[in-house]
Amino acid sequence: MAEAKVLDGRSLVRRRAGLRLWLSAGWLTLLCIVALLAPWISPKDPLAQDLFLGRLPPFWVQGAEPGYWLGTDSLGRDVLSRIIHGARVALTVALVAGAITCVIGATLGLLAGFLRGWVDMVISRLIDIWMAFPPVLFSILLIAVLGPGLISIIIAIVVIDWTRFARVVRAEAMAQGAMDYVASARVAGRGRLGTMVREILPNVLPTIVVLLTLEMGIAVIVEAILSFVNLSISTDDPTWGGMIAEGRTSVHQAWWVLVFPLVTLFLTVLAFSQLGEGLKDRFDPVLR
Amino acid sequence: MQVLRLLFTRLATTAITLAGVAVIVFFVIRVVPGNPIAMMLPPGATEDDIARLSALYGLDKPLLTQFGIWVAGVIQGDFGTSITTRQPVLDLVLGRLPATLELSIMALIMAMILGGAAALTGTRFRGGRTEGAIDVANGMALSVPDFLWGLVLILLFGVLMPVFHISGRVTPSLELPFTTNFYLFESLIRLRFDLWADIVAHMFMPALALAIPLAAIIGQLLKQSLKETVNLDYVTLARTKGYGETRVILREALRNAALPTLTLVGVQFTFLIGGTVIIERLFSYEGLGNMAIDAVINRDLPLIQGIVILFAVIFTGVNLIVDLLYTVLNPRLRHG
Repeated sequence: MAEAKVLDGRSLVRRRAGLRLWLSAGWLTLLCIVALLAPWISPKDPLAQDLFLGRLPPFWVQGAEPGYWLGTDSLGRDVLSRIIHGARVALTVALVAGAITCVIGATLGLLAGFLRGWVDMVISRLIDIWMAFPPVLFSILLIAVLGPGLISIIIAIVVIDWTRFARVVRAEAMAQGAMDYVASARVAGRGRLGTMVREILPNVLPTIVVLLTLEMGIAVIVEAILSFVNLSISTDDPTWGGMIAEGRTSVHQAWWVLVFPLVTLFLTVLAFSQLGEGLKDRFDPVLR
Repeated sequence: MQVLRLLFTRLATTAITLAGVAVIVFFVIRVVPGNPIAMMLPPGATEDDIARLSALYGLDKPLLTQFGIWVAGVIQGDFGTSITTRQPVLDLVLGRLPATLELSIMALIMAMILGGAAALTGTRFRGGRTEGAIDVANGMALSVPDFLWGLVLILLFGVLMPVFHISGRVTPSLELPFTTNFYLFESLIRLRFDLWADIVAHMFMPALALAIPLAAIIGQLLKQSLKETVNLDYVTLARTKGYGETRVILREALRNAALPTLTLVGVQFTFLIGGTVIIERLFSYEGLGNMAIDAVINRDLPLIQGIVILFAVIFTGVNLIVDLLYTVLNPRLRHG
């Protein structure tokens, strides 16, 4: 009886985790498709201004104009079209910045955790220094240095967030390095780098993948924050953060300019992090 | 002895960290395009004017010399003069620090209350629907960062049900009798509850936005260690004495479960302080972070340097204190 109950509970947990995984993956896939097809599916030109059509409400509210499903902002630009085009920026930043940060951070963490010695000392000191910077201020500073633009945002995210990977991977690699299988691989004649790449890396990989999905969500947020303080891409290009910044100033007159991009951003960040959590449950019992 | 040795080594690494921060911030911001001096002069200023003013701020000297002058000043407590306001950086920064400290501490207290309540409720009704609901809420709170919670709160309590102020630190028309910049604290001391209520109504949303993610972390960790503790022998003994479950959790289990959570709170608190930068911007709260963003936009190099160093000092200071406290509170480490 008791055993059956435990089993039941476990399958419930798994089913819930599975649902979470599928919902998140579904939302992100949808977003990818929308971003890829943006020029064809967006109802209006995201940059087209029409001051006579400023602050139109969404379609179900009195005074809406047909064709502008989610209303328009103060310059008469279509909110839905801008969200669709904003997905391109958000996903580009998530994928590219996430991947580069992951490779650099995980490599440094692996080197520090497995080789130890002076390599570890230098990398650990660097991590300490990086942790003493307020990250948002650091990113704003970097954008001021690099100038606005997509590439600058990606560089800023990589420069700031590599420590997220380095810290965790370093600790994991240290733990793995102390295990017997590593010693036997060394005895069997594998070199240091060979052991690191062939023995340690596969065991740390699940952690890295989970961190990567989390980092993608963080990258989307960083882009939004930078657009919010007006330092991201040019102010005309549609980004979710830029729309939110505009919506924040006119929230009392036109709530929809803030609400729709905010909901999109919220769901996207939630999806990335739930995807990470779901994967964690899926293939790494230790992390649970 | 052990504590002293730890203090010494940690002080040494802290010094290295701070030196690293100083070097990085100094040289990074000098690569920023845009001449701060040209920006502060009216249009039509001649090359000669720019050169004269640059010399006044020491910006015409070689970079390494500038760095030497700045470091020598900082060690003597002189952080230079702000280019935009022409006031000493130290005065500006210390003037804004209380606002940020009050916000961070209020957020920390909110996070502890919310997280603590979630953990205790979850433990009291463990295994049931209530615990499930708390876990889901925790997961949500943890996945979404403070910036987005701030926006959600603005919509909820600023627009939908306008009960709190969405910008500023205090209603500007109010007469402030304060001598320090610790408005929240001083209004309490002076028993000016009208002002206190106004300040709290301004701080509530930014503090809550900062608190939500931390509350989730506290809730998860404390619940986990509480659930381990409630099955220990001494807790079971208390139960056999006939005490109710709620009392057992509050009086017996909480005491032992709190320590691991507390040490984590210390580290997370620095993340919370880092979050004030964008949250202050979002709520137009006149603190250090808001001033920092303005300083970057205005290319006010001495002010940026001062603020970054101050943040670094706070971060490393909090970490140092937490490490030392942990050693003092945990006998195993003290004699290890």
